[in-house]
Amino acid sequence: MESTTAVKKKTMTLVQAITDGMRTMLAEDENVLVLGEDVGKNGGVFRATDHLQEEFGEDRVMDTPLSEAGFIGAAIGMAVNGLRPVAEIQFLGFIYPAYEQIMTHASRLRSRTMGHFTVPMVIRAPYGAGVRAPEIHSDSTEAIFTHMPGLKVVCPSSPVDAKGLLIAAIEDPDPVLYLEPMRCYRSSREEVPEGKYTVEIGKANKLQEGNDVSVITWGAMVPVASQAVKEMEAKGVSCELIDLRTLYPIDRDTIAASVQKTGRTVIVHEAHGTGGVGNDVLAIVNDTSFLYQKAPVERVTGFDSPVPFFGFEDEYLPTPARVKHAIEKVIKF
Amino acid sequence: MENQFPITKWVDENGNVTGEDYKEMVTEELARTFYQHMIRIRTFDKKGISLQRQGRIGTYAPYEGQEASQVGSALALETEDWMFPSYRDHGAAMTFGHSLKNILLFWNGRNEGCIPPEGKNIFPPGIPIATQLPHAVGAAFAEKWKGTKNAAIVYFGDGATSEGDFHEGLNMSSVFEAPVVFFNQNNRYAISVPMEKQMKTKTIAQKALAYDIPGIRIDGNDVFAVYFETLKAMDRARAGEGPTLIEAVTWRYGAHTTADDPTKYRDQMESERKREETDPVLRVERLLKNNGWFDEAWAERMQKQAAEEVDAAVAEMESFPPADPADIFDHVFAEPNWQLQQQKQEYFQAKKGVPVWNQQQQ
Repeated sequence: MESTTAVKKKTMTLVQAITDGMRTMLAEDENVLVLGEDVGKNGGVFRATDHLQEEFGEDRVMDTPLSEAGFIGAAIGMAVNGLRPVAEIQFLGFIYPAYEQIMTHASRLRSRTMGHFTVPMVIRAPYGAGVRAPEIHSDSTEAIFTHMPGLKVVCPSSPVDAKGLLIAAIEDPDPVLYLEPMRCYRSSREEVPEGKYTVEIGKANKLQEGNDVSVITWGAMVPVASQAVKEMEAKGVSCELIDLRTLYPIDRDTIAASVQKTGRTVIVHEAHGTGGVGNDVLAIVNDTSFLYQKAPVERVTGFDSPVPFFGFEDEYLPTPARVKHAIEKVIKF
Repeated sequence: MENQFPITKWVDENGNVTGEDYKEMVTEELARTFYQHMIRIRTFDKKGISLQRQGRIGTYAPYEGQEASQVGSALALETEDWMFPSYRDHGAAMTFGHSLKNILLFWNGRNEGCIPPEGKNIFPPGIPIATQLPHAVGAAFAEKWKGTKNAAIVYFGDGATSEGDFHEGLNMSSVFEAPVVFFNQNNRYAISVPMEKQMKTKTIAQKALAYDIPGIRIDGNDVFAVYFETLKAMDRARAGEGPTLIEAVTWRYGAHTTADDPTKYRDQMESERKREETDPVLRVERLLKNNGWFDEAWAERMQKQAAEEVDAAVAEMESFPPADPADIFDHVFAEPNWQLQQQKQEYFQAKKGVPVWNQQQQ
């Protein structure tokens, strides 16, 4: 945690921490406004905005028409005109109609106008597979957004980070895509500080110190990698586990320090391998630490297939076994 | 539907006021103001094409023929209103107070061209078709949310009404009762595709029916109709009565841009005829003459003044300091991230003769 005035803590799930982050900022800044499909009475399809409309009114928590390009475009106009919109996309797989608005306008407006017009907005989107959701509801296409100049992309894996990163995103002067690992929404609880605090965008979190292998991951793959790391520890392999938390801009220094120490790198993400953010991590390893590497960098990723129907999703998603296999490979090289 | 959405015309092609009701409103003062503004933006537009032909600016999108639509609508705005132009609406933007120099800079590949004068809420030109409509809805909504009386106007063409963003924008504005005026310039061609291949509907105004908002169809070459109907729509917006769709039926004489050859897709004689018959500037000139308000010396003075203003803007544009490559890196984020810092540093070192491949990796 970077800064906090909060002392009291409350046990929360990740999705509750997200709600709490929005509640904190709605109370803190009158220009913050939550909008999206079903975010009002329904509290969002995942209940991330539960009760917020009741507490803050329809002017602050607004249902929009079913219109991703429309309300993301409108949020751009609102942000330019002094508001701080926090827009919810129900699933990352449904963001594509708004892709043009994000690519052509939200991310580019500061640059186009040399800072005259800016777009301080947050787009929240649950992402990822593993919850047996219907087709198209399980995409993990963060890389098509990290490739977009002018947009920050964050992805928490824990309740504490979820709230702190969300508040940082809302306060950020630039647009932020805030990815929510839906598989982790309710899978664990932790003590989350009440009130306002931030987790710095662009800073990774070293979840575990280790000496033999750096395992770098984020979001819903953190628990998977963590399980693998635990099992390898039992076999005497000391792993350093890094949760990137921000996918753009990536924390180069934390990666470099770790892979220079361990000399072995395993990257884990559920998105398709080709063009994935893991390749950017690999580029950082190459650029900063090539000569430190004792083995080629291993990537454990989803396949280059569309995210399959949920009947196959356990085959598609990286598992602790696949991660362990990669760790063993870099150890034995 | 054409009967349901008749074209409103205040002053006809021959410069005659069409109805008794309008006579009091069609004043000499307004006629002169409109004439002056239209001469000004036409002078700019002709210069734009000529500068492009001489290689002094890049590709340019002309609006000649659409001056009444752009001047009439822009003059209906209040200072603090928002304007969301497309790339063919710099005539409206300069009428609303944009800097001629900056508009030229835009067409000469400079980001400075996207910056409006201080205090002017003019968005940079919308390039991908219709994407600016939702922005206008959002900005207008924010004005309502803040409790002001300001409104927004957004410009787009006939082709834009086939895009999703048009429909999403209109629907959202209707649901949110946003104070926004959708100003459509139906010049009947989307680059080369004529209106009848763009849509089956005979009017664009009728599309308002689907969103339960007023749809108004006006003669876009009649600056009086444009001005007064836009004024009404803006007043409605300010009064909290929601959005309006205005279809201004007009014609562009020239190409889509200087990169396009319109002889490939339409008979140029049509434009030549329209220059004689329905030209928006000529119409006001005829009105002035019909009423004994035309003063040759004054008109020449207006021409000269416009030419001088445009020439001065060209001189300013051409003496503008060269682009600073640091700007490539410095405005992507409020604070440049390490990637941009590194790329900037490497770029400037390479400029100084230190090749990137000899640089110490960080």
